Amino acid sequence: MQNKAIEVWVGVFMLLGVVALVMLAVQVSGAGKGGGETYRLEAKFENVGGLSEKAPVMIGGVRVGRVGGIRIDKEDYGAIVELEIEAQYNNLPIDTGASILTAGLLGAQFVGLSPGADDFFLEPGDMMDLTQSAIQLENLISQFMFNQGKGEG
Amino acid sequence: MNFPGNLGRFGLRFVARLGASFLFLVQALAGAVKSLPRFHLIIHQLYSVGVLTMLIILVSGLFVGMVLGLQGYYQLVNFSAESSLGMVVALFLVRELGPVLAALLFAGRAGSALTAEIGLMKATEQLAAMEMMAVDPMTRVIGPRFIAGFIALPILAAMLSGVGVLGGYLVGHGQFGVDAGVYWSSMQNGVDLVDDVLNGVIKSVVFGFVVTWVALFEGYDAVPTSEGVSRATTRTVVTSSLAILGGDYVLTALMFGGL
Amino acid sequence: MSEVNMFENPIAQAKSVHFSFDQRSIFNGLDLQIPRGKVTAIMGPSGCGKSTFLGLLGGRLATLAGTIWFDGDAVPQRKSDALYVMRKKMGMLFQNSALLTDLTVFENVAFPLREQTDLPDVLIRILVLLKLEMVGLRGARDLMPAALSGGMSRRVALARAIVLDPKMVMYDEPFVGLDPISMGVIVGLIRKLNDALGLTSVVVTHDVAEGCSIADYVYLLDSGKVIGHGTPEEMLASTQPEIHQFMNGLPDGPVGYHYPANDYLTDLRS
Repeated sequence: MQNKAIEVWVGVFMLLGVVALVMLAVQVSGAGKGGGETYRLEAKFENVGGLSEKAPVMIGGVRVGRVGGIRIDKEDYGAIVELEIEAQYNNLPIDTGASILTAGLLGAQFVGLSPGADDFFLEPGDMMDLTQSAIQLENLISQFMFNQGKGEG
Repeated sequence: MNFPGNLGRFGLRFVARLGASFLFLVQALAGAVKSLPRFHLIIHQLYSVGVLTMLIILVSGLFVGMVLGLQGYYQLVNFSAESSLGMVVALFLVRELGPVLAALLFAGRAGSALTAEIGLMKATEQLAAMEMMAVDPMTRVIGPRFIAGFIALPILAAMLSGVGVLGGYLVGHGQFGVDAGVYWSSMQNGVDLVDDVLNGVIKSVVFGFVVTWVALFEGYDAVPTSEGVSRATTRTVVTSSLAILGGDYVLTALMFGGL
Repeated sequence: MSEVNMFENPIAQAKSVHFSFDQRSIFNGLDLQIPRGKVTAIMGPSGCGKSTFLGLLGGRLATLAGTIWFDGDAVPQRKSDALYVMRKKMGMLFQNSALLTDLTVFENVAFPLREQTDLPDVLIRILVLLKLEMVGLRGARDLMPAALSGGMSRRVALARAIVLDPKMVMYDEPFVGLDPISMGVIVGLIRKLNDALGLTSVVVTHDVAEGCSIADYVYLLDSGKVIGHGTPEEMLASTQPEIHQFMNGLPDGPVGYHYPANDYLTDLRS
C-alpha cells in the first residue's frame, strides 16, 4: 500500500537524520572521546604564545586532555594554564614538565607533557612548575640576526 | 515621478504584509499545536518536504565537501598545514555551509512546492471547501506542514554536513593521501560539540522555522490565480533566501562573535 | 403552494445586508428569505454578488452591516466554534468542485466523516458508498480527481456536500461549463436530492433556463439589491423592465449595454 511506503521512507529519513547527527557529534566533534571524567591541573608559564582554550594536551603525541582556561597570576603576572586531564591518566609523576609546542612550523599550539620519574603523583588542582614557554618565532629570528651581526663585527 | 509617494506606498504595503504574516504565524502555530495528535498527516508532509528533498541534499553535500577538500588542500599545503584539512572542512560545513546551503536548497525544493501547493488549493477553492466542511485549514493543511518543515530542515542540514565531511575525506585521503587518522583527529580537536555542532543545529532550526513560515504564508496569501501562484512561488524563494543569508549573519555574530 | 405558506419558517434570511469588497460596494441593503425545503434560485448578471451571498451565508465573509440568519441563529461573523457547528448543517458545492486533489474519490467523500465523526471505517464505507451510489459514481471510487470529467467531479463534490446530511446545500454556479448530458444529470440530481433527502437548496446561477426549470422560487439580484422575486412562472411573465430584460436575455435595457461614459461625440472630438 502507498501509505506504508511513505511511512517506511519517512522512517528511513528520520533514521538517516539521527545517524547524521550522531556522526556530527561523535566522529566530527569527538564528543564522547575525552568527554568523560577529567581532573584539573595547572601549569604556570612565562609566555603562552598563541595557545588557546580547548587546545589539546599531549603526552608523546597522544591526546590526554585539553586546555580548560588561561588566566594571569595576579602576583607575578605569570600565565596560568588550566589543563583538563582525562581521569584515566591519574598517575602523572609530580615532576612532570609541561611545555607549549607547535604542530609543524606554523601549526596550532598545544601543551606537551613530559612525565618525570618521581614516585608521587600529581593530585587534582596541583600546579606544575617545570614549564617551558612557547617558542616565539620573532624572538628566535631577532636573536639569530643579532648573533649574525656580532659575528661579522 | 512621485518618488516619495511611491516609497510611502511601498512602505505601507510592506508593513501591512509583515503584519499579515505575523497574524498568519499565530494562527499557523495554533493550528500546528492542534494538528500534533494527527500523526499520519505530519508523516505525509515529512515525506513531501523531507524525503523528496533528501536526494538533492545528499548529492549537493557530497560535492560541496569534495570541493572544500580540494580548495582546502590547495591552500593548506602552501603552509604545510594539510593536516588541518579535516578541521577546516568540518568547521566550514558544520558552522556555515550545512545549515545555510541546506536551507537554500530546502527553500528552492520544498518551500516553493509548499507555496505552490497551498496557492493552488486556494485557487481551486479547496481551502474554502474545507472551511465549509467545518474543517479549519490551519489545523488540517497548514499545521502539519509547519511541523514537518520545522523538523525536516535540521535533519537535512545534518545530512548535508555529514555527507560533506565524507566528501572532504574522499578527496583529502583518496586523492591527496592525507592520513585518515590525521584527517579525523584534527577535526575532532578543532570542532566543539556545543560551540560548533550545536550552534549549527540551532541555525538550521531557525532557518527551518523561517523558510516554512515564508512558504506557507506566501501560499496562503497568494492571489488565487495561476499567475498569482507563480508569483508567490518566486517570492517564497527570494524572500526566504534573503532571510536565510541575512539571518545567518545575525546568528553568526551572536554565536561566534561573543556578543 | 401559496407564497405565504412557503415563507412561514424560512431556513435562512438576510436582513438589510451591506457588504463591500475593496471599497467596491457589493450589497447595499439586501433582503431575502430562503424557504425551507424548497429549491431557491438566486440569479443575476455576472458580478452582481450572487456568489458573494453564498460566502456571507456560509460565514466565510463578514457583513459590513445587517444580519444573516440561518436555522434560527445569526451567522457568526468570526471564525468560531459556533460557526463550525453551524457549517456542519450546511453543504456547499463549489463552482470548480474543489475536490481535494491528493485524495481519491472515495476519500474525498469520506473526508467530512473522517474529520467530523469518530465512526468506524466499516460504517464510513457504507455511508460513502450510499452517497456515491446516489450520484451514480460508486464505480469511480478509486479514481483520483484529476481523472474525472467536469461533470463527474461536480457529482463527487455533490456527494461530499451531502455526506453529513446537511439541512441546506448551496450550489455555486452548478451549470457552468458542463456538456448537455452532464448538465441534465446535475439538474436532475439537485431536484431529486432536495426532495428525497428533505434538503433546502440554494442555487446561484446566471443560467435562466436551467435555473427556472428546477427552482421553486427565484430571486433576481442586481446592483446590490433584490430587484425581483417570485415563482419562475411569475418571473418569466413579469413586465417589470429589469426582470424582463434579464429573463429574456435582451442586450440593452435598464441594465445598460454601455459602461457609463461621457458623451460619445464629445469623447471622440476631444
